[in-house]
Amino acid sequence: MSKSRFDEEIVAGNGLLHRRTMLRGGLLTAGAAGSALAAEKIGDNLPEWMRKPGREFSGYGQPAKAQEGWVRTSANIPGRPRTSSRTPLHMLEGTITPSGLHFERHHNGVPDVDPNRHELIVHGMVKRPLAFSLDTLMRYPKETHVRFLECSGNSGGFGGATPVQAVSGEMNGLLSCSEWTGVKLTTLLDEAGVNPGAKWMIAEGGDADSMSRSVPMAIATDDAMIALYQNGEYLRPEQGFPMRLLLPGIEGNVNVKWLTRLKLVDRPANAKDETSKYTELLPDGKARQFMLVMQVKSAIMRPSFGFNMKGPGLYEISGIAWSGNGKVAKVDVSADGGKTWAQAALTEPVQSKAITRFRLPWKWDGKPSVVMSRATDSSGDVQPMRSSWIKQFAPGQGYHNNSIQCWSVDADGTVKNVYV
Amino acid sequence: MSMSRVGVLLLMLAAMSSAQLNLGRPVSSEELTKLDITILPDGSGLPSGSGSVATGAEVFAQKCQGCHGPNGVGGSFDRLTGGLGSLTTDKPVKTANSYWPSATTIFDYIRRAMPRTAPKSLTNDETYAITAFLLSVDNLVPKDATLDAKSLSAVKMPNQNGFVAWWPKRK
Repeated sequence: MSKSRFDEEIVAGNGLLHRRTMLRGGLLTAGAAGSALAAEKIGDNLPEWMRKPGREFSGYGQPAKAQEGWVRTSANIPGRPRTSSRTPLHMLEGTITPSGLHFERHHNGVPDVDPNRHELIVHGMVKRPLAFSLDTLMRYPKETHVRFLECSGNSGGFGGATPVQAVSGEMNGLLSCSEWTGVKLTTLLDEAGVNPGAKWMIAEGGDADSMSRSVPMAIATDDAMIALYQNGEYLRPEQGFPMRLLLPGIEGNVNVKWLTRLKLVDRPANAKDETSKYTELLPDGKARQFMLVMQVKSAIMRPSFGFNMKGPGLYEISGIAWSGNGKVAKVDVSADGGKTWAQAALTEPVQSKAITRFRLPWKWDGKPSVVMSRATDSSGDVQPMRSSWIKQFAPGQGYHNNSIQCWSVDADGTVKNVYV
Repeated sequence: MSMSRVGVLLLMLAAMSSAQLNLGRPVSSEELTKLDITILPDGSGLPSGSGSVATGAEVFAQKCQGCHGPNGVGGSFDRLTGGLGSLTTDKPVKTANSYWPSATTIFDYIRRAMPRTAPKSLTNDETYAITAFLLSVDNLVPKDATLDAKSLSAVKMPNQNGFVAWWPKRK
């Protein structure tokens, strides 16, 4: 077999190979042809599932049995309600999150909304206050986009004084990516006729919390959508059925679920979730408010905590990158703790404000190593090192942590979360 | 471009702009009065009614203390009072009284979301009373205060100038 010119071309320290290197399995050895005895049945040499009829059709297909345990996880602090569940990102491949594994963050449970009694009301500084039911919205032209959603508290654990040893889904799983279909928000705003003095839009959910957030009009009139479908189905109840606000690239909490009211106003409301929570305390005691945009970020899933390396040899480093500013422009990977970097391959199509999968072959020599990834987005923003990210904020501030993450590999293959 | 072509183009544009579906159901102001619970930091949207610190202490003990602790400290849920002056220290304590910039937010959040097991069950009077009680714990209102829409809007929070809007400058 002829080697491609990229085979085993080392492009950065500690065995990182060129991103176009093909990882191949070993050559297949041809088996000896068996002697065909007249009494032999082909079933004698085949597994049982090839020797009996399979299951019947099913109404709604279920995951493979081998996928048991691929579930959302939830931090359980005794005496407190669970407030979120996380996507097991470390188990998943590609870029789309299965709807049943999309992370959840809700503020007082998932409401059981009757779609026939639910309406979205647009009012405030508009010419015509209007109400839209799900049935009504179904008649409007729709658009479809793949977009990530990330809670601004995601990856907060990387800010702790000592590295937390947990799987990447626990650390980074307040992040998911779906194909969303719905009605462009400006269609409804145009119909209501927004007064020029309106500068903010207060979005309110139809849950027990009546969770509300203030949205700048520049975001509401950009690429905002009233999402009705997720990955081809109605929204899951946990994701806001029958309708949610989808603000691509904006911190998850503002993408109000079970959306029931949009009030156009001239100033923000200072709602509980834009003052008490989701604000970033700075070293001087002031706090950032309305940071909103999720910054460029990446995370390596293989190798990561829980996936120990099985001896020296060729491995594929695989991870995900995303940015609320636009597309992922490139992802650099280091296997020597940040001394040298190699550019990873990005899985096409690279879409704006969506998860992008990156991969890079690595010839691990069995020595202790530190792997890390650094994403750059189409606006030119680069993921910061943890030390420079943490300096911007007051002690313990955990929102909007997009700093570079590092996994160490010991000589015995054990993978750990480390700070460099 | 000939005049007739310009005319055709204008007709097409007119047809496009009239493609609006206009399926939204008009909502009356009476309907909005019942549904609009938004309160802004200047107090607009605050309902009628009033409540005293003394009444608030009673309602708080009955309906809030179990989760938030006496005076809003020491419960298993969010701490509500104290922490004033801590934001610049190594151990910032963010409570409603130390951190929230607007007193109206306390009223708004209690009215829409509390108590957690029975949200939206408090009367406006009870909500004013609980708000007055919490603010009184850190002397942000006097111990004999009674709050209504006007007096609540006038409360100055210690951290009212503590927030820097990141949007739209983003630096």
